[in-house]
Amino acid sequence: MTLSPGRVAFGALVAAAFTLILAPVAMVMVISIFRQEIVSFPPSGFTLGWYVNAWARQEFARGFVTSAQVAAIATLIGVPLGTAAAYALVRGRPRGAGALNTLLLGPLAVPGVVAGTALYMFYLRAEFWLDRDITSTLEGLVAAHVLLTIPWTVRLVTASLQGMDLAAEEAAANLGARPFTVFRRVTVPAMRPGIIAACLFSFIQSFENLELSLLLVGPGRTTLPVAMLNYLEFRVDPTLAAVATVQILIVAALMLVTDRFVSIARTV
Amino acid sequence: MGSLLLDALSKRYGASTAVERVDLDLRQGEMVALLGPSGCGKTTTLRMVAGFVPPSGGRVVIGGKDVTQAPPHARDTGMVFQSYALFPHMTVGQNVAFGLEMRRVNRADREARAREALRMVRLEGLDDRLPRQLSGGQQQRVALARALVVNPAVFLLDEPLSNLDAKLRGEVRMEIRALQQRLGLTTLIVTHDQEEALTMADRLVVMDRGRVRQVGTAEDLYERPADPFVAGFVGRCNLLEGRLEEQGRFRTASGALLPCAADAAPGGAAVLALRPELVAISPGGPARLRAVTYLGPQTEYHAELDGTPLVAICQTPGPADPLRRLSPGDGVSLSWDASTARLLPATPNDKGA
Repeated sequence: MTLSPGRVAFGALVAAAFTLILAPVAMVMVISIFRQEIVSFPPSGFTLGWYVNAWARQEFARGFVTSAQVAAIATLIGVPLGTAAAYALVRGRPRGAGALNTLLLGPLAVPGVVAGTALYMFYLRAEFWLDRDITSTLEGLVAAHVLLTIPWTVRLVTASLQGMDLAAEEAAANLGARPFTVFRRVTVPAMRPGIIAACLFSFIQSFENLELSLLLVGPGRTTLPVAMLNYLEFRVDPTLAAVATVQILIVAALMLVTDRFVSIARTV
Repeated sequence: MGSLLLDALSKRYGASTAVERVDLDLRQGEMVALLGPSGCGKTTTLRMVAGFVPPSGGRVVIGGKDVTQAPPHARDTGMVFQSYALFPHMTVGQNVAFGLEMRRVNRADREARAREALRMVRLEGLDDRLPRQLSGGQQQRVALARALVVNPAVFLLDEPLSNLDAKLRGEVRMEIRALQQRLGLTTLIVTHDQEEALTMADRLVVMDRGRVRQVGTAEDLYERPADPFVAGFVGRCNLLEGRLEEQGRFRTASGALLPCAADAAPGGAAVLALRPELVAISPGGPARLRAVTYLGPQTEYHAELDGTPLVAICQTPGPADPLRRLSPGDGVSLSWDASTARLLPATPNDKGA
């Protein structure tokens, strides 16, 4: 294969794009393992001290647990809801399906801070009517994060359903399967890659969300990104880089594990 | 147990009619083809038999039992879909065993029967593959095995060969026919390919715009077509509009006077149907040659007689034959046995294909 100038230029462009995307991530990881308190270059003095420091600070450990909890519960609630919605939209083709679909994808289009503020005000009003706490409770936070999981789920599961051969369901019925058996044995397996990918994306969306959560967290119930932002307000040192590195590794690990079950590149 | 009866079966979608009162009676072990252009209602008819489309009127009776209201899973039909519709997440073995599983056959019997069915379609040893690891022809045979393993009362085939390449199509055609005859399956096949229908089926049903035009054997349809549509759809045909002028003389719309079968009585507008292979051509004469198409064993001559186009298909003449030197613009004469030129009723909007 000859290397035409066009190919070289294209290759350089791709390399530049990847560098641009990955450099900040690599930078964070590098900073987290060197001693200098003020971020400087070249780094020197290898240490894992920042990780120890991060673990020692209660707010990060607790934030991590809260974030994982919220992400897991929001995923468990949001993915079934989104899957049901996608199924109804694709198969039932109700009137106004297009509008409904846009509505379900809405949370992706509204800036997180705006949605967060709106939710905060709504929660305050609801607290007044219901006479119970909603802001700064786990339930309130989970409810908000479910909103993050639904658009991704609807999109991914819809894609799976649209890619499936409807005749396979008819074939199953023709072979003697009752409607529910058809659903369980043929339709659900067809949706499975979409559902698995939806779980992954929902979890990540929730786990790393900052803007929506900002006003909804409370004392002693802070998510990891909010805890990091709070820390940043008072000091800048590589402890944050250490926390961020852990976060990055978790997300990367989730991606890799998921990719073993469904090819992410093919599903998304 | 395996007879199939369609009684005045109809399907309307709002104001439009997809299938109009189709009556059909299949004997046990008979293979019948529904043949017609796309949109003629043949697939809708098949899907009403399988239970996927609720009829607007009429009945479907399988093995003496009225199943018009029964859901697809309660009908005991085995269907092969155009897209094969294999379950992509199941192995070949699981695909074939699915129908037995639904009938609560125990695991050991299930596996044995699935293996036997795969052997029957010459796919033994591929049980553990996934459908996507097979070629189109192999997937097709898995679909056959899956439909046949449950011994359905009625075997339904929806354009089963349309996704195969031409060479494979011929092979699978023979294979399906052989299986069908060996197992004595009552079979309804839908196709738009007349060759497929002619070679596989005991009887053919020609459909057009929701209506049955003619039911009969391949020979019936080819030699005794009921109307210009059937004549034009099954095989090639010169279809000439005009009227019978006197006994045995047909005047085409453009004025040519042609000999035709003598048994028809003079009447109004009619269509003369003349198979091109029954027309003989010789050099010199009143007709003008327009085009000559060499097709190897046969040669096609397009000629015009007093403004009436006529096609003749003859065995390609030898190198010394004067016919060989004919070229467009030459005068030729065309002749045929008058008894082979059939007079068909002209119905408005019925133009032969």
